[in-house]
Amino acid sequence: MLLLLAVVIGVLYGSAVYLLLRRNIFKLILGLIFLGHATNLLLFVASGLTSGYPAFIRFITGESESMADPLPQALILTAIVIGLGVTAFALVLVYRFYSVTKTVDLDELSENE
Amino acid sequence: MILVLPIILPLVFMVLLIFTRRWLFFQQAFSLLSAVALTVVSALLLSQVATEGILTIQLGTWPAPYGITLVADLLSAIMLITTSFVAVVVMVYSPGFIDKERQTAGYYPLVFGLLMGVNGAFLTGDIFNMYVWYEVMLTSSFVLIALGGSAEQLRGSVKYVTISFVASIFFVSAIGILYGQTGTLNMADLAYKMRTWENMPYINGALMLFFVAFSVKAALFPFFFWLPASYHTPPVPITALFAGTLTKVGIYTMFRFYSLFVVQDVMFWKLFLLIIAGLTMSVGVLMAASQFDIRKILSFHIISQVGYMVMGLAIFSVNSLAAAIYFTVHNMLSKTNTFLAGGLVFQRLGSYDLKYLGGLYKAAPFLALLFFIPAMSLAGIPPLPGFFGKLFLIKGGFAAGEYLITAVAIAVGFFTLFSMIKIWNEAYFKKTPEDAQKAHPVNRSAIAATTLLAAAVILLGIFAGPVMELSHQAAMQLKDPYQYIDAILNQTSQ
Repeated sequence: MLLLLAVVIGVLYGSAVYLLLRRNIFKLILGLIFLGHATNLLLFVASGLTSGYPAFIRFITGESESMADPLPQALILTAIVIGLGVTAFALVLVYRFYSVTKTVDLDELSENE
Repeated sequence: MILVLPIILPLVFMVLLIFTRRWLFFQQAFSLLSAVALTVVSALLLSQVATEGILTIQLGTWPAPYGITLVADLLSAIMLITTSFVAVVVMVYSPGFIDKERQTAGYYPLVFGLLMGVNGAFLTGDIFNMYVWYEVMLTSSFVLIALGGSAEQLRGSVKYVTISFVASIFFVSAIGILYGQTGTLNMADLAYKMRTWENMPYINGALMLFFVAFSVKAALFPFFFWLPASYHTPPVPITALFAGTLTKVGIYTMFRFYSLFVVQDVMFWKLFLLIIAGLTMSVGVLMAASQFDIRKILSFHIISQVGYMVMGLAIFSVNSLAAAIYFTVHNMLSKTNTFLAGGLVFQRLGSYDLKYLGGLYKAAPFLALLFFIPAMSLAGIPPLPGFFGKLFLIKGGFAAGEYLITAVAIAVGFFTLFSMIKIWNEAYFKKTPEDAQKAHPVNRSAIAATTLLAAAVILLGIFAGPVMELSHQAAMQLKDPYQYIDAILNQTSQ
């Protein structure tokens, strides 16, 4: 599981960087989304995986040791929400950029026109 | 209780302002009053911290390492009051400068959103919470920088949003790795564990990720390129607000993290930061020399001056830290002031480009004076605060035996003077060029705001002694992180 997740994170980071370096502005946004997801998974893995247990104490059985750490999950949830907000804004921004400049080429960002 | 106010108040103001977005006059008056109220609260907080020491509060009464802590030590309080004062000035300046469309499109609520994030970042004692405040602040700034949607602004925004997002990713990754190693997010608890556990793995990796994240926000050497590419695009009050508050949050966080978390490999971090500081100072000032747009020259100077603050931090003696704190306060005021003065020039002659400016010294001596004061303060001419800031930094550098960086700092000071004189000569002294636009009247409230800030800059120079004394105490708190740790962790036992 750990290895699988590590590979997935690596692939996500790799694709994100590849997309960020493209000239198309929409691929830039895709790259940002991938980057966000890779980091959310990184948070999840870095704080230790506990498989087969829920993220709260089971009061009935009293096994307090056998629980997953709820905090990383809360952090990821927050990070997902923030990522969603920023992505939504970035998409609107890119759309405005396209409708004003009529181009999706990032090289148009340079100021010497 | 007073600790929560700098965060809650902007939130309340923001919500109120969103719903009254169309009532222009109400927006203007109410946001000015709100900014004044924030300043009063910050002043009360500062006086309380100065008399009672570090204040803490546990939100939701969860005890320290588990709940979210708010802390105010002297550094936070000083940053808070400077930020809210800058906000007051910008609120006086904005009505006469920003067009009505932007003002009613949510400019005022967004400014308070930004202030909420900035104040939250100054007060929080929890690294993940810090990230959330960063995002509050950044999201507001994303909208502010794109507000109005001119092609130039959209170009700047795309760069700004992308680089800020990537920096945030570095920030979250560092938090995740640190939490995985230590199991805590509380800054005091983390600092305590780093000092008591032996051989904590991956710490330098996490710290380096933090460094990248904050140096993007603060525009340090390899990560500064986005700032001059985006800061000059929105209307000047927005740029001034960003220059005065946003970049300085990155610096504040670096101060905080360096004093709390750099325990291992201190020599490496010191050398590393010194090199970064030297490069930031010199590259910023050299690139400013080749620019001809007032806003761009000033933007490159933001970078160069951030280098001075990092230099004070890297040397990390009480004197150099105190000097760096004083310098930061001076820079927040003077930098904002130069941008606002540049805005006045724009209102009068309709351009920021030095080629189309001129003759203002003869035509409008008061406008010239309003630029002269902060510009000479940035260049470090006595008796203005920039002189004292640099003097104490250089003294601190010599006392610590860091001769090379101190020499760089002195040389950069000369180049800063050169740039300021360049703006002065071109925009104020030389004859009005023939293709210049006709003079327009300048808005009175904008002049009043700039005058107020220039007066504050002069006062900061005159009262350099007491302010320096306060910075000295703040530096002592930074230098001895156990004060911070005790204030938070021992509260649990009460």
